[in-house]
Amino acid sequence: MSGALTVPRRWRRSSLFGGPWQRRTLLVVFAAYCVWSVRDLPIDYTRVWRGFGRAADMLARMWPPDFGRWQILGKGMLESVQMAIAASVAGALLCVPLALCAARNLVPAPIYLTARALIVVGRTFHEVIVAILFVKLFGFGAVAGMLTLAFSSAVFLAKMIAEDIENVRPGPVEAIRATGARFGQVVVFAIVPQVVVRALGVFIYRIDANLRHSTVIGIVGAGGIGQTLAASFTRYDYDFSAAILLCIAALVALGEWFSDWVRRRLR
Amino acid sequence: MARANAKAPPEGGVGGERERLRVAGLTKVYPTGKRALDGVDFVIATSGVTAVIGSSGAGKSTFIRCINRLVEPTSGRILLDGVDLVGLDRAGLRAARRRIGMIFQEFNLVERLTVMENVLAGRLGHVGLIDTLRRRFAPADVDAAFELLARVGLDGFHDRRADALSGGQRQRVGIARALIQRPDLLLVDEPTASLDPRTARQIMRLVRELATERATPAIVNLHDVALAREFADRIVAFSAGRIVFDDAPAALDAATLDRIYGGEDWSASAAADDDAPPAAPAVRGRVLGDDAGVAG
Ligand SMILES: Nc1ncnc2c1ncn2[C@@H]1O[C@H](COP(=O)(O)OP(=O)(O)OP(=O)(O)O)[C@@H](O)[C@H]1O
Ligand SMILES: [Mg+2]
Repeated sequence: MSGALTVPRRWRRSSLFGGPWQRRTLLVVFAAYCVWSVRDLPIDYTRVWRGFGRAADMLARMWPPDFGRWQILGKGMLESVQMAIAASVAGALLCVPLALCAARNLVPAPIYLTARALIVVGRTFHEVIVAILFVKLFGFGAVAGMLTLAFSSAVFLAKMIAEDIENVRPGPVEAIRATGARFGQVVVFAIVPQVVVRALGVFIYRIDANLRHSTVIGIVGAGGIGQTLAASFTRYDYDFSAAILLCIAALVALGEWFSDWVRRRLR
Repeated sequence: MARANAKAPPEGGVGGERERLRVAGLTKVYPTGKRALDGVDFVIATSGVTAVIGSSGAGKSTFIRCINRLVEPTSGRILLDGVDLVGLDRAGLRAARRRIGMIFQEFNLVERLTVMENVLAGRLGHVGLIDTLRRRFAPADVDAAFELLARVGLDGFHDRRADALSGGQRQRVGIARALIQRPDLLLVDEPTASLDPRTARQIMRLVRELATERATPAIVNLHDVALAREFADRIVAFSAGRIVFDDAPAALDAATLDRIYGGEDWSASAAADDDAPPAAPAVRGRVLGDDAGVAG
């Protein structure tokens, strides 16, 4: 007993990747993969070089930005903002039932699994892919864009909120249930108070994200400033493109600032 | 066991009083295969505080939570004023739960809500969904809530948020929430286990007073034998899912405690308290420990 105490015992935190041999093997494999992937890519360095040249030319033609067509610019921006806000609100409304159904601690297994499957499928496709589909279905313009963003917002919000619901303290839920309250009342009194602040934060973040997405999905024809931008590029109106890009940057920065401001106040 | 049967006559009630709750053959087997309750028979009258004691894992919480079906019984009957709760559908179960108030060890308040909202939550069984959203409660209920808050010593606390309260204050809100239901039965699961000894006694005294004032029978799970002796009219002891003792507190002697808590366990804690022989002074040890807490 006392002999064992004189020898200091060693302790190391166990590594994420097992023993030293496993770690070394992993490193070698990773390095080999990097070398292979760079060598295997058909990189044409002269083309890359010429690209830089063209970039300089393009930047030169972008200057000075042309705000002359401010009416078109303003209309596109307004459409994007409207699209983002309408989509956020619609998404928020749609996400509530989906989030409740996707919380394991609230609903029976079949409903839970269905809702989760919906969310997984919905999140598989990027906004741009959904937008391409919706443009095919509903035609060019802001309606397709709005629906795209509403759909992906609902799925995103539902996933985030469902996770929060699954992490609520079960005690208060049980206590409210024990008073003889209905399911809806348990949600209103025990679940909502526990998740509402975080849910609002996620919602505000989503408005901000929708602003950014709304500028992108326009490029595939779903309306808003993105569509204006894509049109200006195809017509080589680089000075107008520059004006649009500056406005988008300003809008996104504004959105981010707003979202930060609101979330700071929520805490 | 003979005494338990004597206390549970087939008809009429307990000690001349009407019977409020009758549990017959209650068994709970958890999905893990654990048999937490094994054929429990139990009757209480329309008043009185019944303490349930027993070592950890004996099935006290399972017993109390089976009564309002927060835990679904595997078999057996639970008759509240003659109506079997086990067979009830969802609406029937909600109606029955309205009549059963529950108080928890961890208080289980909704922390982001105000004290008032937490108390009024006890009336949710009588309110529609829209009114729940708008926090519209009957004026009589709001009145009752103010009165109860004053009664439990939280006058003026109604707009405080529940997470701004101390443990003892939270449990007082928990008590008010249970009592505003105007329950016909109170289920109390270790109300004092998260509190210091002094607050624990205050809370137990409050539970006892309110149960008596409102002529509401209460079943109280307690870890603390001394508290059970002091505040209960009757003590029921569980061991391995069965009732092994059911009598007045005075009948609870050292030998019985030994049987309830198991020999080694009991003498071990006694040895830690003092050097006296295992069984008898062990009871004193607990009582003394408690009194010291009150004095301090
Ligand atoms: N949800 C559950 N699933 C499986 N087993 C459970 C569950 N809840 C309780 N048990 C088991 O049932 C037995 C009785 O538990 P119970 O909580 O009723 O005991 P208790 O007397 O209240 O104990 P304590 O004094 O520690 O609160 C224990 O062995 C416990 O492990
Ligand atoms: Mg327990």
